[in-house]
Amino acid sequence: MSDTQRGDTTTDRAETDADVESDEEGYEPRDVFDSTTEMDLRAGADNCTKVGTCDAECPVAEVNDDFPGPQFQGPEQWRLSQKGEVEIDDSITECSNCLQCDSGCPSGVPFSEMHNTARAKYVLEDQPLSIKKIRNRILANYRTSAWLASKLPRTANFFMNNGAVRWLMEKTMKIPSEREFPEFATQTFREWWAERGGEATSKERAREARAERGGAHVQSDEKRIAYFHGCYSNYNTTEVAKAMVRVYESLGYEITVPKQKCSGTPMFANGRVDDARRHAKVNVEHLGNAIEDGYDVICTCSSCSLALRQEYPDLFDLEGIDELAAHTYDAMEYLRIHEDLEAELAGAEAEEFPDVAYHAPCHSRNQGLGRQAVELFEDVDGVTVTDVGDSCSGISGTYGWKEEKYETSMEIGEEMFEHMAEADAEHGMTECPTCSMQMEHGTGYEIHHPMQLLDTVLT
Amino acid sequence: MAIDSDVLVIGGGIAGLSAALSAARTGADVRLVSEAETTLHHASGLLDVLGYPPNADGDGPVVDPFDAIGDLPDSHPYAIVGAGTVRDGLAMIDDVLGETYHGSHTDANALVPTHGGTVKPTARYPAGVTAGLASDDRDILLVGFERLTGFDAGVAADHLEAAGIPAETSAATVEFPIVVRDDAKVTRYAHLLDENPTVDGAGSDRRVRAALADAVEPSVGEAERIGFPAVLGVDHPAAIRDELEDRLGAAVFEIPMGPPSVLGGRLEDRLYAALDDAGGQIESGGGPIVDFDAEGGMISAVYMDRSGSQIPYAAEQYVLATGDVAGGGIDSDRDGVTEPIFGCHVPHPDDRYEWFEGEAFGEHAFAEFGVVVDDALRPMDEGGTPEFANLRAAGAVIGGYDYPAEKSASGVSIATGYAAGRRAAREG
Repeated sequence: MSDTQRGDTTTDRAETDADVESDEEGYEPRDVFDSTTEMDLRAGADNCTKVGTCDAECPVAEVNDDFPGPQFQGPEQWRLSQKGEVEIDDSITECSNCLQCDSGCPSGVPFSEMHNTARAKYVLEDQPLSIKKIRNRILANYRTSAWLASKLPRTANFFMNNGAVRWLMEKTMKIPSEREFPEFATQTFREWWAERGGEATSKERAREARAERGGAHVQSDEKRIAYFHGCYSNYNTTEVAKAMVRVYESLGYEITVPKQKCSGTPMFANGRVDDARRHAKVNVEHLGNAIEDGYDVICTCSSCSLALRQEYPDLFDLEGIDELAAHTYDAMEYLRIHEDLEAELAGAEAEEFPDVAYHAPCHSRNQGLGRQAVELFEDVDGVTVTDVGDSCSGISGTYGWKEEKYETSMEIGEEMFEHMAEADAEHGMTECPTCSMQMEHGTGYEIHHPMQLLDTVLT
Repeated sequence: MAIDSDVLVIGGGIAGLSAALSAARTGADVRLVSEAETTLHHASGLLDVLGYPPNADGDGPVVDPFDAIGDLPDSHPYAIVGAGTVRDGLAMIDDVLGETYHGSHTDANALVPTHGGTVKPTARYPAGVTAGLASDDRDILLVGFERLTGFDAGVAADHLEAAGIPAETSAATVEFPIVVRDDAKVTRYAHLLDENPTVDGAGSDRRVRAALADAVEPSVGEAERIGFPAVLGVDHPAAIRDELEDRLGAAVFEIPMGPPSVLGGRLEDRLYAALDDAGGQIESGGGPIVDFDAEGGMISAVYMDRSGSQIPYAAEQYVLATGDVAGGGIDSDRDGVTEPIFGCHVPHPDDRYEWFEGEAFGEHAFAEFGVVVDDALRPMDEGGTPEFANLRAAGAVIGGYDYPAEKSASGVSIATGYAAGRRAAREG
């Protein structure tokens, strides 16, 4: 590590080189590098053998000849930055943070960590102020806009999808006018949850379900989950959150909905690690309290679960952050582990549910969960779930919401649109909120969440 | 509670896929888990059985690998499963790959020119490689692309000449249409040929395949076959080859390349699709298997580490197909050599300095490190007793053979995978 002062703008994860152990022969490996108090990515850069899988997997490099690709953005740029004050190349903003390079690398190079670190340094230190920079921060802090909109949801829905307003937003804020703004719910999930009676009601319903299902465990310390709903299913697709609640309660789980902020996903992707850290602090504290009370944390959004599981411990050194990562699950994954879903779904039918073309979000595939939805509903009568393969939808959160990236975003999504059109279905399904926007935008299909299908089948 | 199946295969390479396929085809409920994405797309796409005899010391390649199996030491995986199983395993793979692969018409090895201009003996090869075989005496033109760093046509042609192949070999390097970046990836070339868009600036409706043929045309001369780096499409390789052959009036073939490899990627796609069709469940990229439960000499569950949480997987039968030292299935440190998941016995010299030779291409002991299996492919402890009644091994995690020297990696993976998967399904 060089002596350059990078300050504390990026991350606060200190790592030391190799775990030094001395064996009986008295061998003492010598630490040849200066010890460091900030994140040391040296081992990650050293792991790179330049095999090029990352670049071959990168959906942006595939359609954009000017993008250097992850091998440069990660290991190569990191090595350059060790030579003294080197400005991060502005091409880092072309990366969509899909993390396909991360899962494709055979040598374990921590791309997500490297990209997030480089992006944060670029945005917080090197990037000149511009409309785009301001717009990126607004996009990154989607939760703030959503919170405002939720105060007057009908007005917001009217204005956000008004042609004149959209034209103005493209001109002033560089938000592509082609994009349809997501509809805000007239009642947020949290409002609905409180009105329904919160935890007390959930306890009651779970208890009834357990009594009906076997009666043995009317008291249960095991079946407790804390829901991290994220921003989207709280302010926009509340039906996904409600479906999750019904499914889990019907299987006997007591639910709590802790105080929480944004998972940080859009912030990481826009280099606003400073904003992400503030939100992470709140999440780690309140979710951590639930974990101490015996709850496991579940998410319905694949980017939220990825953030809590992978990006948090990668980037932040907060008390309890590793415990949070170890106790966080995807909503469907958790049921696959703890319930005999195969038996629950045996002989089930979902005649009223449309056939769907299923797209596994990159962030689900990054967690090894890209095939569970297809597997789970294989034997449910009346519904066919067709996997549209491992293409990237191209919207990648806030990426496709930038006027200068819109075309790239749609070009990346082309393969997925084609596969959706070929599938024998007029509806789509995915776990990721922005993938679903892109799927709808590119095909006109209505998009569902696997939890909604599970809700149809089980409750 | 755990995620259940009859058979659980750990590892997503050719050994794991062969095990999962053979189990699924007998009707068992199979799940394949792999720590990360498969590294098959780094492979050449060639499927070898035995290219050279063990400890060959300069002997030429093996002519008939099936014949040579009888001469192998008893400890060799081929000797353990027997030549019949090697054939059965290959037959299963032949069936899955259908017309996209050639070589099943003979027991003899084919000699395939590689991107470095070496000649590799192999049992099966992609259909697109067929016209390039080194035993053929028709004149060859090798074509490289200006911006494709992984293949230098001139160097490869010189090497092939030096190897003494019966054909005259010439070389040309051309500009590939549309590609402007200096380090474009092989997938970029492949997708352009698949999609065949019009070439901008040509002022006509000329498309990529036609423009590529036009660029090569002046160099064809007397050549009767033309070798391209293996980037001729991911989805439509046969159609692309046909069109180039039509336009150039010569046979067209592909030269297997280093990673990331389009031929490896095509093989990966086909094998995974076949497992999917056979009803196997596939989970890749979820994390490593780090722990297990056992009772009464039987494994009852294994645990996958996913960002610190332990995800339980339970099955009746388990197949370990995690690879060797390079693949992560065998681990070594200053204290010794281990099989990290189940702690299976791995024989190795106590003295670390006996694990390798001074010569880079010497006979390194580490190349043969791996578990020792019984006739049913169960890893055995030091005393020769199976470690667990319901655990079998397949592929490079098995020790006792030096596949880089023998050129036997795919064949051993297919044969032991096929055998382990069938046995697991029968008993599961």
